[in-house]
Amino acid sequence: MAGRTVTRADLSEAVYQKLGLSRTESAALVERVLDEICDGLARGESVKLSSFGSFVVRNKGQRIGRNPKTGVEVPIEPRRVLVFKPSNVLKARINGDSEPDSDN
Amino acid sequence: MIKSELVLRIAAQNPHLYQRDVETIVNAILDTIAEALARGDRVELRGFGAFSIKKRDARAGRNPRTGEAVSVQEKVVPVFKTGKEMRKRLNLEPIQPAGS
Repeated sequence: MAGRTVTRADLSEAVYQKLGLSRTESAALVERVLDEICDGLARGESVKLSSFGSFVVRNKGQRIGRNPKTGVEVPIEPRRVLVFKPSNVLKARINGDSEPDSDN
Repeated sequence: MIKSELVLRIAAQNPHLYQRDVETIVNAILDTIAEALARGDRVELRGFGAFSIKKRDARAGRNPRTGEAVSVQEKVVPVFKTGKEMRKRLNLEPIQPAGS
């Protein structure tokens, strides 16, 4: 545990190893994939990636927040947030289970 | 948008690649992320967000239908934290007070 941080470079390397493309093109394609996901979300679309999980944009209403240090009330404006719902396959994989729980 | 639509879009932008290859690329990306999380690593993708894992302690749960007590084992869950840039992009346009 408490391992390293995986970045774009690692994703590009994985793509490079899988296909016979150049490193430059592998990196560009990783970027395209991430961009396409981000663009979809920015348009308000959900992005569902089977056996991985789904990214959903939620609309949050206005609410009253509080500065925890000073106790001053401040309005929190309505906003959009991104939530990630991991698939059962991903959850099982991370827990080292061979197959996802059927009742979960 | 689902995975196959994502693959189609990327394939349309890259006519020199087979659709099959684009699928391999998308799967390689997702697999690398999943594998990293399974090892306990963090995955940081600037402009998008960061994936990490959180440990959940074992607890005494309850079957919500029957009320029966069940023990829930310790488990690890993946979490995603939206990156700063992405959070900004989601809120570029003002929000109409409609959705929940």
